[in-house]
Amino acid sequence: MKDMSVRSDFPIMDRLIHDKPLTYLDSAATSQKPAVVIDALADFYRNNNANVHRGIYTLSEESTLAYETARVKVANFINSGSEEQIIFTRNTTESLNLIAYAWGRDNIKEGDEILITPMEHHSNMIPWMLLCKEIGCNLKYIPINEDGTLDLSNLDELISTNTKIVSLTHMSNVLGTINPIKQIIEKANKAGALSVIDGAQGAPHLPVDVIDLDVDLYAFSAHKMLGPTGVGVLYGKEEILSSMSPFLGGGEMIDEVYEDSFTTKEAPWKFEAGTPNFADVAAFGVAIDYLADIGMDNVRKHEIDITQYALDQVRKIDRDIKVFGPNNLDIRGGVLAFDFPGVHPHDVAQMMDWDGVQIRAGHHCAQPLMRRLGVSATARASFYIYNNQEDVDRFIDSLKKGGEFFGDASR
Amino acid sequence: MVMPQDEPKFDELYRELILDHYRYPHNRGVLEKPDVDMQQHNPVCGDEIRLTAIIDDGTISQIEFTGQGCSISQASASMLTDRVKGLHLTDVDELSVEFRNMLRGSNPDEEMMQDLMALQGVSKYPVRVKCAVLAWDTLQKALKLK
Repeated sequence: MKDMSVRSDFPIMDRLIHDKPLTYLDSAATSQKPAVVIDALADFYRNNNANVHRGIYTLSEESTLAYETARVKVANFINSGSEEQIIFTRNTTESLNLIAYAWGRDNIKEGDEILITPMEHHSNMIPWMLLCKEIGCNLKYIPINEDGTLDLSNLDELISTNTKIVSLTHMSNVLGTINPIKQIIEKANKAGALSVIDGAQGAPHLPVDVIDLDVDLYAFSAHKMLGPTGVGVLYGKEEILSSMSPFLGGGEMIDEVYEDSFTTKEAPWKFEAGTPNFADVAAFGVAIDYLADIGMDNVRKHEIDITQYALDQVRKIDRDIKVFGPNNLDIRGGVLAFDFPGVHPHDVAQMMDWDGVQIRAGHHCAQPLMRRLGVSATARASFYIYNNQEDVDRFIDSLKKGGEFFGDASR
Repeated sequence: MVMPQDEPKFDELYRELILDHYRYPHNRGVLEKPDVDMQQHNPVCGDEIRLTAIIDDGTISQIEFTGQGCSISQASASMLTDRVKGLHLTDVDELSVEFRNMLRGSNPDEEMMQDLMALQGVSKYPVRVKCAVLAWDTLQKALKLK
Protein backbone atom coordinates (compact mmCIF):
# COMPACT_ATOMS: atom_id res chain seq x y z
CA MET A 1 0.00 0.00 0.00
CA LYS A 2 1.32 3.41 -0.96
CA ASP A 3 1.52 5.89 1.89
CA MET A 4 0.03 9.23 0.94
CA SER A 5 2.92 10.96 2.75
CA VAL A 6 0.53 13.53 4.16
CA ARG A 7 0.44 12.24 7.73
CA SER A 8 3.10 14.71 8.89
CA ASP A 9 0.84 17.56 7.74
CA PHE A 10 -1.50 16.70 10.62
CA PRO A 11 -0.10 17.90 13.97
CA ILE A 12 -2.46 15.76 16.06
CA MET A 13 -0.81 12.63 14.70
CA ASP A 14 2.08 13.32 17.12
CA ARG A 15 -0.31 12.94 20.06
CA LEU A 16 0.13 10.06 22.43
CA ILE A 17 -2.96 8.38 23.87
CA HIS A 18 -2.20 6.38 27.02
CA ASP A 19 1.48 6.61 25.98
CA LYS A 20 0.72 4.95 22.65
CA PRO A 21 0.81 6.60 19.23
CA LEU A 22 -2.55 7.97 18.16
CA THR A 23 -4.36 5.66 15.75
CA TYR A 24 -7.26 7.78 14.62
CA LEU A 25 -9.95 5.67 12.95
CA ASP A 26 -13.05 7.81 13.30
CA SER A 27 -12.90 10.07 10.27
CA ALA A 28 -16.47 9.19 9.29
CA ALA A 29 -17.46 11.15 12.41
CA THR A 30 -15.00 13.99 11.88
CA SER A 31 -11.66 14.37 10.15
CA GLN A 32 -8.41 15.67 11.59
CA LYS A 33 -7.04 18.98 10.29
CA PRO A 34 -3.79 19.71 8.49
CA ALA A 35 -1.57 22.47 9.92
CA VAL A 36 -2.41 24.76 6.98
CA VAL A 37 -6.08 24.76 8.00
CA ILE A 38 -5.35 25.27 11.71
CA ASP A 39 -2.94 28.08 10.84
CA ALA A 40 -5.40 29.67 8.41
CA LEU A 41 -8.01 29.90 11.16
CA ALA A 42 -5.60 31.51 13.63
CA ASP A 43 -4.21 33.72 10.88
CA PHE A 44 -7.67 34.97 9.98
CA TYR A 45 -8.38 35.99 13.57
CA ARG A 46 -4.92 37.56 13.92
CA ASN A 47 -5.00 39.56 10.71
CA ASN A 48 -8.32 39.79 8.90
CA ASN A 49 -11.16 39.53 11.36
CA ALA A 50 -14.14 41.80 10.67
CA ASN A 51 -17.76 41.12 9.84
CA VAL A 52 -18.42 40.36 6.19
CA HIS A 53 -20.46 42.35 3.64
CA ARG A 54 -21.35 46.04 3.76
CA GLY A 55 -18.19 47.09 5.60
CA ILE A 56 -16.61 50.04 3.79
CA TYR A 57 -13.19 49.45 5.25
CA THR A 58 -10.15 47.30 4.55
CA LEU A 59 -10.62 44.58 7.15
CA SER A 60 -14.22 43.94 6.18
CA GLU A 61 -13.26 43.86 2.52
CA GLU A 62 -10.55 41.29 3.27
CA SER A 63 -12.90 39.24 5.38
CA THR A 64 -15.61 39.34 2.71
CA LEU A 65 -13.08 38.38 0.06
CA ALA A 66 -11.92 35.36 2.10
CA TYR A 67 -15.53 34.29 2.67
CA GLU A 68 -16.62 34.68 -0.93
CA THR A 69 -13.41 33.17 -2.31
CA ALA A 70 -14.08 30.04 -0.27
CA ARG A 71 -17.49 29.88 -1.97
CA VAL A 72 -15.78 29.88 -5.37
CA LYS A 73 -13.36 27.16 -4.22
CA VAL A 74 -16.22 24.97 -3.04
CA ALA A 75 -18.06 25.57 -6.33
CA ASN A 76 -15.01 24.49 -8.32
CA PHE A 77 -14.39 21.51 -6.04
CA ILE A 78 -17.76 19.95 -6.88
CA ASN A 79 -17.87 21.46 -10.40
CA SER A 80 -20.99 23.47 -9.67
CA GLY A 81 -20.39 25.99 -12.43
CA SER A 82 -21.45 29.03 -10.44
CA GLU A 83 -20.61 29.94 -6.85
CA GLU A 84 -24.08 31.40 -6.53
CA GLN A 85 -25.31 27.84 -6.20
CA ILE A 86 -23.31 27.31 -3.00
CA ILE A 87 -25.04 28.08 0.31
CA PHE A 88 -23.06 28.01 3.55
CA THR A 89 -24.87 26.45 6.50
CA ARG A 90 -23.77 25.03 9.84
CA ASN A 91 -23.53 21.40 8.71
CA THR A 92 -25.11 18.75 6.49
CA THR A 93 -27.98 18.40 8.94
CA GLU A 94 -28.86 22.07 8.60
CA SER A 95 -28.56 21.87 4.81
CA LEU A 96 -31.07 19.01 4.71
CA ASN A 97 -33.41 20.76 7.15
CA LEU A 98 -33.20 23.86 4.97
CA ILE A 99 -34.52 21.85 2.00
CA ALA A 100 -37.32 20.25 4.01
CA TYR A 101 -38.35 23.61 5.43
CA ALA A 102 -37.90 26.00 2.51
CA TRP A 103 -38.68 23.72 -0.45
CA GLY A 104 -40.80 21.11 1.29
CA ARG A 105 -43.36 23.44 2.84
CA ASP A 106 -44.05 25.17 -0.49
CA ASN A 107 -44.11 22.11 -2.68
CA ILE A 108 -45.28 19.12 -0.67
CA LYS A 109 -48.97 18.41 -0.21
CA GLU A 110 -50.92 15.85 1.79
CA GLY A 111 -50.54 12.40 0.25
CA ASP A 112 -47.30 13.22 -1.57
CA GLU A 113 -44.40 10.84 -1.13
CA ILE A 114 -40.79 11.28 -0.08
CA LEU A 115 -38.51 8.40 -0.99
CA ILE A 116 -35.40 7.67 1.11
CA THR A 117 -33.44 4.54 2.07
CA PRO A 118 -33.02 2.56 5.30
CA MET A 119 -29.29 3.34 5.35
CA GLU A 120 -29.79 7.07 5.90
CA HIS A 121 -28.21 8.95 8.77
CA HIS A 122 -30.88 10.33 11.11
CA SER A 123 -30.19 13.75 9.57
CA ASN A 124 -31.63 12.52 6.26
CA MET A 125 -34.66 10.97 7.97
CA ILE A 126 -35.89 13.26 10.72
CA PRO A 127 -36.29 16.45 8.60
CA TRP A 128 -38.58 14.47 6.26
CA MET A 129 -40.44 12.88 9.18
CA LEU A 130 -41.06 16.34 10.63
CA LEU A 131 -42.34 17.52 7.25
CA CYS A 132 -44.61 14.49 6.86
CA LYS A 133 -45.98 15.01 10.35
CA GLU A 134 -46.77 18.63 9.56
CA ILE A 135 -48.16 18.18 6.04
CA GLY A 136 -49.42 14.62 5.99
CA CYS A 137 -47.08 13.33 3.30
CA ASN A 138 -45.70 9.79 3.34
CA LEU A 139 -42.16 8.54 3.79
CA LYS A 140 -41.20 5.54 1.66
CA TYR A 141 -38.05 3.46 1.54
CA ILE A 142 -35.99 1.88 -1.21
CA PRO A 143 -35.28 -1.60 0.22
CA ILE A 144 -31.76 -2.84 0.88
CA ASN A 145 -30.16 -6.20 0.16
CA GLU A 146 -28.34 -8.47 2.63
CA ASP A 147 -24.97 -7.18 1.41
CA GLY A 148 -25.85 -3.59 2.24
CA THR A 149 -26.54 -2.42 -1.31
CA LEU A 150 -29.83 -0.91 -2.41
CA ASP A 151 -32.39 -3.16 -4.05
CA LEU A 152 -33.33 -1.13 -7.11
CA SER A 153 -35.42 -3.83 -8.80
CA ASN A 154 -38.66 -1.98 -8.07
CA LEU A 155 -37.33 1.54 -8.38
CA ASP A 156 -39.68 2.39 -11.25
CA GLU A 157 -42.68 1.53 -9.10
CA LEU A 158 -41.24 3.25 -6.03
CA ILE A 159 -40.74 6.53 -7.86
CA SER A 160 -44.30 7.38 -8.85
CA THR A 161 -46.14 10.53 -9.84
CA ASN A 162 -46.77 11.05 -6.12
CA THR A 163 -43.03 11.12 -5.40
CA LYS A 164 -41.96 14.70 -4.78
CA ILE A 165 -38.53 14.18 -3.21
CA VAL A 166 -35.96 11.42 -3.58
CA SER A 167 -33.25 11.85 -0.96
CA LEU A 168 -30.43 9.45 -0.21
CA THR A 169 -26.87 9.21 0.97
CA HIS A 170 -23.98 9.19 -1.48
CA MET A 171 -22.14 6.82 0.85
CA SER A 172 -23.38 5.06 3.99
CA ASN A 173 -21.60 6.03 7.20
CA VAL A 174 -22.14 2.51 8.57
CA LEU A 175 -22.01 0.11 5.62
CA GLY A 176 -19.61 2.12 3.49
CA THR A 177 -21.92 1.45 0.54
CA ILE A 178 -21.44 3.91 -2.32
CA ASN A 179 -24.87 4.19 -3.87
CA PRO A 180 -25.48 4.42 -7.64
CA ILE A 181 -26.78 7.95 -7.16
CA LYS A 182 -26.48 9.03 -10.79
CA GLN A 183 -28.89 6.33 -11.88
CA ILE A 184 -31.35 7.16 -9.08
CA ILE A 185 -31.11 10.92 -9.64
CA GLU A 186 -31.89 10.41 -13.33
CA LYS A 187 -35.06 8.48 -12.47
CA ALA A 188 -36.07 11.04 -9.86
CA ASN A 189 -35.52 13.95 -12.26
CA LYS A 190 -37.49 12.20 -15.00
CA ALA A 191 -40.41 11.69 -12.62
CA GLY A 192 -40.34 15.37 -11.71
CA ALA A 193 -39.21 14.71 -8.15
CA LEU A 194 -36.60 16.81 -6.36
CA SER A 195 -33.30 14.88 -6.19
CA VAL A 196 -31.37 15.38 -2.95
CA ILE A 197 -28.06 13.79 -1.99
CA ASP A 198 -26.63 13.62 1.53
CA GLY A 199 -22.96 14.00 0.66
CA ALA A 200 -21.61 14.07 4.23
CA GLN A 201 -19.55 10.95 3.47
CA GLY A 202 -19.44 11.50 -0.30
CA ALA A 203 -17.75 14.88 -0.70
CA PRO A 204 -14.83 14.12 1.67
CA HIS A 205 -13.96 10.79 0.08
CA LEU A 206 -15.17 10.65 -3.53
CA PRO A 207 -14.81 12.88 -6.58
CA VAL A 208 -18.08 14.80 -6.90
CA ASP A 209 -19.31 16.48 -10.07
CA VAL A 210 -22.77 17.93 -9.50
CA ILE A 211 -23.26 18.82 -13.17
CA ASP A 212 -22.47 15.29 -14.29
CA LEU A 213 -24.75 13.92 -11.55
CA ASP A 214 -27.47 16.38 -12.60
CA VAL A 215 -28.51 16.45 -8.94
CA ASP A 216 -30.89 19.16 -7.73
CA LEU A 217 -29.40 19.56 -4.26
CA TYR A 218 -26.23 18.15 -2.67
CA ALA A 219 -25.37 18.66 1.02
CA PHE A 220 -22.10 18.17 2.91
CA SER A 221 -20.02 19.28 5.92
CA ALA A 222 -16.59 20.94 6.11
CA HIS A 223 -15.44 19.19 9.27
CA LYS A 224 -15.48 15.75 7.68
CA MET A 225 -13.17 16.97 4.89
CA LEU A 226 -10.27 18.56 6.79
CA GLY A 227 -12.12 21.82 7.42
CA PRO A 228 -13.27 23.40 10.68
CA THR A 229 -16.45 22.45 12.52
CA GLY A 230 -19.55 24.60 12.10
CA VAL A 231 -19.57 24.90 8.31
CA GLY A 232 -21.96 23.07 6.04
CA VAL A 233 -22.62 23.39 2.35
CA LEU A 234 -25.77 23.12 0.32
CA TYR A 235 -25.34 23.07 -3.44
CA GLY A 236 -28.54 23.72 -5.36
CA LYS A 237 -29.39 24.28 -9.01
CA GLU A 238 -29.92 27.97 -9.66
CA GLU A 239 -33.52 27.58 -10.80
CA ILE A 240 -34.42 25.67 -7.67
CA LEU A 241 -32.70 28.02 -5.23
CA SER A 242 -34.20 31.11 -6.84
CA SER A 243 -37.73 29.69 -6.58
CA MET A 244 -37.30 28.65 -2.95
CA SER A 245 -38.65 30.57 0.04
CA PRO A 246 -36.08 31.73 2.57
CA PHE A 247 -35.12 29.50 5.50
CA LEU A 248 -34.14 31.63 8.49
CA GLY A 249 -34.97 35.32 8.59
CA GLY A 250 -32.78 38.16 9.79
CA GLY A 251 -29.83 40.24 8.77
CA GLU A 252 -27.70 39.39 5.73
CA MET A 253 -30.55 37.65 3.88
CA ILE A 254 -32.66 40.76 3.20
CA ASP A 255 -32.58 43.36 0.48
CA GLU A 256 -35.05 46.02 1.66
CA VAL A 257 -37.03 46.04 4.88
CA TYR A 258 -40.16 48.12 5.58
CA GLU A 259 -42.29 48.17 8.69
CA ASP A 260 -44.69 45.61 7.23
CA SER A 261 -42.71 43.82 4.52
CA PHE A 262 -39.28 42.92 3.18
CA THR A 263 -37.55 41.72 0.06
CA THR A 264 -34.79 39.14 0.08
CA LYS A 265 -31.40 38.99 -1.53
CA GLU A 266 -30.78 36.57 -4.36
CA ALA A 267 -29.56 33.04 -3.64
CA PRO A 268 -27.30 31.96 -2.06
CA TRP A 269 -27.31 34.95 0.35
CA LYS A 270 -31.09 34.66 0.73
CA PHE A 271 -30.41 31.51 2.75
CA GLU A 272 -27.62 32.89 4.92
CA ALA A 273 -29.39 34.84 7.66
CA GLY A 274 -27.32 36.41 10.41
CA THR A 275 -23.57 36.79 10.69
CA PRO A 276 -22.17 33.78 8.86
CA ASN A 277 -19.33 31.61 10.15
CA PHE A 278 -16.87 33.51 7.97
CA ALA A 279 -13.65 32.66 9.82
CA ASP A 280 -14.29 28.93 9.63
CA VAL A 281 -15.45 29.26 6.02
CA ALA A 282 -12.19 31.04 5.15
CA ALA A 283 -10.23 28.16 6.71
CA PHE A 284 -12.47 25.68 4.90
CA GLY A 285 -11.31 27.30 1.66
CA VAL A 286 -7.77 26.27 2.60
CA ALA A 287 -8.93 22.71 3.31
CA ILE A 288 -10.54 22.59 -0.13
CA ASP A 289 -7.27 23.76 -1.72
CA TYR A 290 -5.39 21.08 0.20
CA LEU A 291 -7.74 18.30 -0.94
CA ALA A 292 -7.81 19.60 -4.51
CA ASP A 293 -3.98 19.56 -4.57
CA ILE A 294 -3.96 15.90 -3.56
CA GLY A 295 -6.77 15.17 -6.00
CA MET A 296 -9.94 13.35 -5.06
CA ASP A 297 -9.08 10.46 -7.38
CA ASN A 298 -5.95 9.89 -5.30
CA VAL A 299 -7.93 10.16 -2.06
CA ARG A 300 -10.29 7.51 -3.35
CA LYS A 301 -7.45 5.23 -4.53
CA HIS A 302 -5.77 5.42 -1.13
CA GLU A 303 -9.00 4.56 0.65
CA ILE A 304 -9.62 1.56 -1.59
CA ASP A 305 -6.12 0.30 -0.77
CA ILE A 306 -6.36 0.79 2.98
CA THR A 307 -9.90 -0.57 3.21
CA GLN A 308 -8.96 -3.66 1.22
CA TYR A 309 -5.95 -4.21 3.49
CA ALA A 310 -8.09 -3.76 6.61
CA LEU A 311 -10.80 -6.13 5.35
CA ASP A 312 -8.17 -8.78 4.52
CA GLN A 313 -6.57 -8.47 7.96
CA VAL A 314 -9.89 -8.61 9.82
CA ARG A 315 -10.86 -11.75 7.94
CA LYS A 316 -7.58 -13.39 8.98
CA ILE A 317 -8.53 -13.11 12.65
CA ASP A 318 -9.66 -16.50 13.88
CA ARG A 319 -13.00 -15.27 15.18
CA ASP A 320 -16.36 -15.10 13.57
CA ILE A 321 -16.15 -11.34 13.01
CA LYS A 322 -19.01 -10.06 10.90
CA VAL A 323 -18.16 -7.10 8.69
CA PHE A 324 -21.16 -5.15 7.43
CA GLY A 325 -21.52 -3.74 3.93
CA PRO A 326 -20.49 -4.78 0.42
CA ASN A 327 -17.23 -6.65 -0.29
CA ASN A 328 -16.71 -5.03 -3.66
CA LEU A 329 -14.39 -2.05 -3.14
CA ASP A 330 -15.75 -0.41 -6.30
CA ILE A 331 -18.93 0.32 -4.34
CA ARG A 332 -17.50 0.59 -0.85
CA GLY A 333 -15.79 3.47 0.90
CA GLY A 334 -13.35 3.49 3.80
CA VAL A 335 -15.78 2.48 6.52
CA LEU A 336 -15.54 -0.80 8.41
CA ALA A 337 -18.37 -1.52 10.82
CA PHE A 338 -18.20 -4.92 12.45
CA ASP A 339 -19.61 -7.22 15.07
CA PHE A 340 -17.19 -9.12 17.29
CA PRO A 341 -19.02 -12.16 18.66
CA GLY A 342 -19.28 -12.14 22.44
CA VAL A 343 -17.75 -8.70 22.87
CA HIS A 344 -19.97 -5.65 22.96
CA PRO A 345 -18.88 -2.72 20.72
CA HIS A 346 -18.41 -0.53 23.81
CA ASP A 347 -16.00 -3.00 25.30
CA VAL A 348 -14.18 -3.29 21.96
CA ALA A 349 -13.80 0.50 21.76
CA GLN A 350 -12.76 0.75 25.41
CA MET A 351 -10.02 -1.86 25.00
CA MET A 352 -8.81 -0.20 21.83
CA ASP A 353 -8.63 3.22 23.46
CA TRP A 354 -6.03 1.85 25.86
CA ASP A 355 -3.94 1.01 22.80
CA GLY A 356 -4.39 4.52 21.41
CA VAL A 357 -6.83 3.25 18.78
CA GLN A 358 -9.79 5.59 18.46
CA ILE A 359 -12.83 3.88 16.96
CA ARG A 360 -16.52 4.57 17.33
CA ALA A 361 -19.03 2.27 18.98
CA GLY A 362 -22.76 2.79 18.91
CA HIS A 363 -25.62 3.18 16.49
CA HIS A 364 -23.82 5.77 14.33
CA CYS A 365 -27.01 7.87 14.11
CA ALA A 366 -28.63 5.14 12.05
CA GLN A 367 -30.97 3.28 14.41
CA PRO A 368 -33.36 1.98 11.71
CA LEU A 369 -30.38 0.48 9.86
CA MET A 370 -29.08 -1.10 13.09
CA ARG A 371 -32.44 -2.81 13.54
CA ARG A 372 -32.26 -4.17 10.00
CA LEU A 373 -28.77 -5.48 10.67
CA GLY A 374 -30.11 -7.14 13.81
CA VAL A 375 -27.69 -5.39 16.17
CA SER A 376 -28.14 -2.65 18.75
CA ALA A 377 -24.73 -1.19 18.05
CA THR A 378 -21.58 -1.85 16.05
CA ALA A 379 -17.93 -0.94 16.36
CA ARG A 380 -16.71 1.11 13.41
CA ALA A 381 -13.28 2.00 12.08
CA SER A 382 -13.12 4.55 9.28
CA PHE A 383 -10.18 5.78 7.24
CA TYR A 384 -8.90 8.91 5.58
CA ILE A 385 -5.83 10.20 3.76
CA TYR A 386 -3.62 10.31 6.87
CA ASN A 387 -4.16 6.68 7.80
CA ASN A 388 -1.54 4.15 6.80
CA GLN A 389 -0.79 0.46 7.02
CA GLU A 390 0.63 0.81 10.55
CA ASP A 391 -2.70 2.23 11.71
CA VAL A 392 -4.49 -0.84 10.40
CA ASP A 393 -1.88 -3.13 11.97
CA ARG A 394 -2.29 -1.46 15.37
CA PHE A 395 -6.06 -1.73 15.00
CA ILE A 396 -5.82 -5.44 14.21
CA ASP A 397 -3.39 -6.15 17.07
CA SER A 398 -5.64 -4.35 19.50
CA LEU A 399 -8.71 -6.16 18.18
CA LYS A 400 -7.02 -9.54 18.69
CA LYS A 401 -5.99 -8.55 22.20
CA GLY A 402 -9.54 -7.49 23.08
CA GLY A 403 -10.88 -10.77 21.75
CA GLU A 404 -8.49 -12.72 23.95
CA PHE A 405 -9.33 -10.61 27.00
CA PHE A 406 -13.05 -11.19 26.70
CA GLY A 407 -12.25 -14.66 25.38
CA ASP A 408 -14.84 -17.06 26.69
CA ALA A 409 -17.39 -14.32 27.23
CA SER A 410 -19.30 -15.38 24.13
CA ARG A 411 -22.72 -16.57 25.05
CA MET B 1 -6.47 20.88 26.68
CA VAL B 2 -5.04 17.41 27.02
CA MET B 3 -6.78 15.41 29.69
CA PRO B 4 -4.50 13.85 32.29
CA GLN B 5 -4.34 10.15 31.60
CA ASP B 6 -3.68 7.56 34.24
CA GLU B 7 -1.82 4.47 33.22
CA PRO B 8 -4.65 2.34 31.84
CA LYS B 9 -5.38 -0.59 34.07
CA PHE B 10 -7.57 -3.24 32.52
CA ASP B 11 -8.36 -4.70 35.91
CA GLU B 12 -9.43 -1.34 37.32
CA LEU B 13 -12.42 -1.13 34.99
CA TYR B 14 -12.80 -4.76 34.02
CA ARG B 15 -12.38 -6.32 37.47
CA GLU B 16 -12.38 -10.10 37.47
CA LEU B 17 -15.66 -10.11 39.40
CA ILE B 18 -17.29 -8.00 36.67
CA LEU B 19 -16.06 -10.31 33.93
CA ASP B 20 -17.33 -13.32 35.90
CA HIS B 21 -20.79 -11.82 36.16
CA TYR B 22 -20.68 -10.93 32.45
CA ARG B 23 -19.63 -14.43 31.40
CA TYR B 24 -21.81 -16.28 33.88
CA PRO B 25 -24.66 -13.96 34.87
CA HIS B 26 -26.62 -14.67 38.04
CA ASN B 27 -30.43 -14.62 38.23
CA ARG B 28 -30.85 -14.42 34.50
CA GLY B 29 -34.42 -14.94 33.37
CA VAL B 30 -37.95 -13.63 33.55
CA LEU B 31 -40.14 -14.39 36.58
CA GLU B 32 -43.70 -15.57 36.09
CA LYS B 33 -46.40 -13.35 37.56
CA PRO B 34 -43.95 -10.73 38.85
CA ASP B 35 -45.10 -7.83 41.01
CA VAL B 36 -42.89 -5.50 39.04
CA ASP B 37 -41.73 -5.81 35.43
CA MET B 38 -39.71 -2.97 34.00
CA GLN B 39 -37.56 -2.55 30.92
CA GLN B 40 -35.19 0.33 30.26
CA HIS B 41 -32.67 1.01 27.56
CA ASN B 42 -29.84 3.37 26.95
CA PRO B 43 -30.62 5.08 23.64
CA VAL B 44 -27.01 6.15 23.14
CA CYS B 45 -25.53 2.66 22.99
CA GLY B 46 -28.53 0.35 22.85
CA ASP B 47 -27.93 -1.40 26.18
CA GLU B 48 -31.14 -3.03 27.46
CA ILE B 49 -32.18 -4.34 30.86
CA ARG B 50 -35.45 -5.94 31.92
CA LEU B 51 -36.07 -6.66 35.59
CA THR B 52 -38.85 -8.77 37.05
CA ALA B 53 -39.29 -9.06 40.80
CA ILE B 54 -41.62 -10.45 43.42
CA ILE B 55 -42.16 -8.34 46.53
CA ASP B 56 -43.33 -9.91 49.79
CA ASP B 57 -44.16 -7.58 52.68
CA GLY B 58 -41.98 -4.81 51.31
CA THR B 59 -39.04 -7.14 50.72
CA ILE B 60 -37.68 -8.26 47.33
CA SER B 61 -38.02 -12.02 47.60
CA GLN B 62 -37.16 -12.86 44.00
CA ILE B 63 -35.57 -10.87 41.20
CA GLU B 64 -34.32 -11.80 37.73
CA PHE B 65 -32.96 -9.90 34.78
CA THR B 66 -32.56 -10.25 31.04
CA GLY B 67 -30.92 -7.85 28.65
CA GLN B 68 -28.20 -7.19 26.18
CA GLY B 69 -25.34 -4.79 26.11
CA CYS B 70 -21.77 -4.23 27.18
CA SER B 71 -20.00 -6.13 29.92
CA ILE B 72 -20.43 -3.30 32.43
CA SER B 73 -24.20 -2.97 31.93
CA GLN B 74 -24.87 -6.70 32.06
CA ALA B 75 -22.51 -7.44 34.95
CA SER B 76 -23.99 -4.55 36.92
CA ALA B 77 -27.48 -5.99 36.43
CA SER B 78 -26.35 -9.42 37.54
CA MET B 79 -24.64 -7.98 40.64
CA LEU B 80 -27.73 -5.87 41.41
CA THR B 81 -29.97 -8.94 41.51
CA ASP B 82 -27.57 -10.68 43.91
CA ARG B 83 -27.30 -7.67 46.17
CA VAL B 84 -30.96 -6.61 46.47
CA LYS B 85 -32.54 -10.04 46.80
CA GLY B 86 -33.92 -10.31 50.32
CA LEU B 87 -33.60 -6.60 51.00
CA HIS B 88 -36.41 -4.40 52.27
CA LEU B 89 -37.40 -1.63 49.87
CA THR B 90 -36.20 1.08 52.24
CA ASP B 91 -32.75 -0.53 52.27
CA VAL B 92 -32.84 -0.85 48.47
CA ASP B 93 -33.58 2.84 48.31
CA GLU B 94 -30.62 3.70 50.49
CA LEU B 95 -28.36 1.32 48.57
CA SER B 96 -29.41 2.80 45.23
CA VAL B 97 -28.50 6.30 46.40
CA GLU B 98 -25.15 5.13 47.78
CA PHE B 99 -24.37 3.23 44.54
CA ARG B 100 -25.06 6.28 42.38
CA ASN B 101 -22.94 8.44 44.66
CA MET B 102 -20.09 5.96 44.32
CA LEU B 103 -20.28 6.22 40.53
CA ARG B 104 -20.25 9.99 40.82
CA GLY B 105 -16.93 9.65 42.61
CA SER B 106 -17.85 9.68 46.32
CA ASN B 107 -16.27 7.24 48.70
CA PRO B 108 -18.92 4.62 49.39
CA ASP B 109 -19.82 2.73 52.53
CA GLU B 110 -17.95 -0.46 51.69
CA GLU B 111 -19.98 -2.57 54.09
CA MET B 112 -23.15 -1.49 52.37
CA MET B 113 -21.74 -1.95 48.86
CA GLN B 114 -20.20 -5.40 49.38
CA ASP B 115 -19.48 -6.89 45.91
CA LEU B 116 -20.76 -3.75 44.21
CA MET B 117 -17.40 -2.20 45.17
CA ALA B 118 -16.03 -3.93 42.06
CA LEU B 119 -17.88 -1.31 39.98
CA GLN B 120 -16.18 1.64 41.69
CA GLY B 121 -13.54 1.80 38.95
CA VAL B 122 -16.26 2.69 36.44
CA SER B 123 -16.55 6.12 38.08
CA LYS B 124 -13.27 7.06 36.35
CA TYR B 125 -14.87 6.46 32.94
CA PRO B 126 -17.66 9.03 32.61
CA VAL B 127 -19.13 7.57 29.41
CA ARG B 128 -19.38 4.14 31.03
CA VAL B 129 -21.14 5.32 34.19
CA LYS B 130 -24.50 5.19 32.43
CA CYS B 131 -23.81 1.55 31.54
CA ALA B 132 -23.33 0.70 35.22
CA VAL B 133 -26.39 2.59 36.46
CA LEU B 134 -28.82 1.31 33.79
CA ALA B 135 -29.91 -1.65 35.92
CA TRP B 136 -30.28 0.64 38.93
CA ASP B 137 -32.34 3.09 36.86
CA THR B 138 -34.55 0.19 35.85
CA LEU B 139 -34.96 -0.88 39.47
CA GLN B 140 -35.68 2.68 40.53
CA LYS B 141 -38.42 3.00 37.88
CA ALA B 142 -39.82 -0.43 38.77
CA LEU B 143 -40.03 0.26 42.49
CA LYS B 144 -40.78 3.98 42.08
CA LEU B 145 -37.86 4.78 44.34
CA LYS B 146 -36.78 8.34 44.79
